[in-house]
Amino acid sequence: MEDWRKNKLAFAIFMGPATFWLLVFFTIPVVVIWIYSFGERGPMGQTYLSFSFDNYLRAIEPIHLKILWKSIWIGGLSTFLCLVVGFPVALGIAFAPDRWKNPLLLVVVLPFFTNMLIRTFAWIVVLGSRGVVNNGLGWMHGQLDWLFTLVGQPDLMGRFVPLGLLYNNYTVIIGLVYVHLPFLILPLYATLEKLDRSYLEASLDLGAGQWRTFFSVLAPLAMPGIVTGCLLVFILSMGNFLVPDRLGGTDSLMIGNLIAQEFNKARDWPFGAALSFAVMYPVFIFFVINALRARFKERARGRA
Amino acid sequence: MTDAKPIISIRNVTKNFGRVTAVDNVSIDVMPGEFFALLGPSGCGKTTLLRMLAGFETTSGGEIEIDGQAMLGVPPNKRPVNMVFQSYAVFPHMTVFDNVAYGLKVTGVPKAEITGQVEEALSLVHLEDYGRRKPDQLSGGQRQRVALARALVKKPKVLLLDEPLSALDAKLREAMRLELVRLQHSVGITFVIVTHDQDEALSMADRAAVMDRGVVRQIAPPGELYEHPNSLFVADFIGKVNMLEAKVAGQSGGDLVVEVEGMGRIAVPHEGAAAGNISIAVRPEKTLLSADKPGEGVLALKGKISDVAYYGNESHILLDTETGVQFTSTVQNDARRTESSVAIGDDLWISWAPGNTLVLAE
Ligand SMILES: Nc1ncnc2c1ncn2[C@@H]1O[C@H](COP(=O)(O)OP(=O)(O)OP(=O)(O)O)[C@@H](O)[C@H]1O
Ligand SMILES: [Mg+2]
Repeated sequence: MEDWRKNKLAFAIFMGPATFWLLVFFTIPVVVIWIYSFGERGPMGQTYLSFSFDNYLRAIEPIHLKILWKSIWIGGLSTFLCLVVGFPVALGIAFAPDRWKNPLLLVVVLPFFTNMLIRTFAWIVVLGSRGVVNNGLGWMHGQLDWLFTLVGQPDLMGRFVPLGLLYNNYTVIIGLVYVHLPFLILPLYATLEKLDRSYLEASLDLGAGQWRTFFSVLAPLAMPGIVTGCLLVFILSMGNFLVPDRLGGTDSLMIGNLIAQEFNKARDWPFGAALSFAVMYPVFIFFVINALRARFKERARGRA
Repeated sequence: MTDAKPIISIRNVTKNFGRVTAVDNVSIDVMPGEFFALLGPSGCGKTTLLRMLAGFETTSGGEIEIDGQAMLGVPPNKRPVNMVFQSYAVFPHMTVFDNVAYGLKVTGVPKAEITGQVEEALSLVHLEDYGRRKPDQLSGGQRQRVALARALVKKPKVLLLDEPLSALDAKLREAMRLELVRLQHSVGITFVIVTHDQDEALSMADRAAVMDRGVVRQIAPPGELYEHPNSLFVADFIGKVNMLEAKVAGQSGGDLVVEVEGMGRIAVPHEGAAAGNISIAVRPEKTLLSADKPGEGVLALKGKISDVAYYGNESHILLDTETGVQFTSTVQNDARRTESSVAIGDDLWISWAPGNTLVLAE
């Protein structure tokens, strides 16, 4: 590493492609959108660069803030559920016998081989009024009905009414959890896999039970994986527009849908840009604080 | 000591991993207050045996009793033993103090008592000023002492240590040997230590079990293991030996008469019986080198020096003997001797007293 830094040419050769990639495909587009966010929509949907804060003022109007707030709690709840579902899975794979690990990881990423749109539509097939769940329930209803008729109670069960499982906020959360689960499991698995088992054994050896060991030793040591996984899932869930669009109800509009609407239907790019950045600023601030905290910690350690 | 009840009683314990038998029908009794070593080459099953004592591995057969209590089905957190792990396993997310306090907190020791006990344990390992540090601010030796304090604060009946010194450098390792013995004397807890280093076992343990591929070959105090090994394996593992194949020819008084190629019939003191093909051996430091044929009453072989290995305080002189077997003789590089007194190619006699001959029936 040290030598690389000294050898400027080698350093440039190795770092060049990545830097170029980041610059062309990330930094420049983001800067363009950022500049747009201070612009103004022309009558035909063009963008005039007028350098005003009007778009941001519009973005923090109560109606938009409400959608943002909703996105945050739906994203947050999805992330939490992902963690609850994903932690045991990651733990199970990390502690499985070696020859099982790769097949199990393959199962986790298998859904990625299918387009997200199709995976989302799959939930319609599962949860729709003529979907798998309702058909199953209907079948059971029919069997019970037949049973009760047999014992002379033909009207007890009534008619089967399919449950309205689709097109509400819960469906959106189910969809978001399903779509993003691998993003939580994979980083968490990577952390747990590297974890030295003797920490857990030491905890048991010192008299702690399984739960105590989980919360006092395993979870803190897995924190890097938990944080990475949760951040990924939260950011992806909050910005997702496909899932709420397909599975959500009339009140399931999330910030991603709003932004997509502004860029597509409304053709108001400046406002869409401002909305995007209204979401990104807190994330930026979070990362800056995190970096500062890490540096502060480092320095405190150096002094000790 | 013999009439006391053992604190650990291992009875015919076996452990299979699939088709591998890691521990094979092992029986050991460890007495209260003893410093006991499990010694053997890599892969002989020492760690597996220790982990069965701690409860991290189940036994495939046999019984383990600790403090008179059968351990079958007792989980690690319910056993009256504590372990110092080879990697130390000091929790990186807790301070030194919290590490030591952990075992007290989880078993519900009142807060008021914890501080005092932790401080006492830390001072036992000379870390009283390190309580607020994080493990990554400690040296390897200090981390090891945290692991020791963390286990000792629990006041276990038995402390299990898996290669506790292997991660330390040579100087520190030597200092820690003395430190561990001092600690064991001051706390009076039974120590069971795993090591593959014979010097470590000989210098620290009251008794040691020598293991070989899952089997215990000999259990004895260090001196006896060295002076009276019961097998070629033990003799060879504990120190160096020069070995000759022999055939038992008969018994005469307290002596065993054996036939050795190149030496003829010789008599060596031996208690007990032996028959057939056996080995006799002699330790390198119990041999003498001389230019002239030694007198009567000693066993001697003629040879040519093939190599001289210099070790500072002593030299190991390799001799190709006339019987075709290579012998090593250790000579002290003290004031009476100069290094130039022997040279490669010299013809010399190597000799030893019959009483220093080890008769190895196995
Ligand atoms: N979990 C396991 N699964 C399968 N085989 C194992 C397992 N643990 C140990 N073994 C095998 O059991 C044997 C004994 O292993 P063990 O770790 O007890 O040896 P050891 O004496 O501690 O060696 P070392 O000095 O190298 O630590 C070895 O052959 C090892 O490969
Ligand atoms: Mg081992």
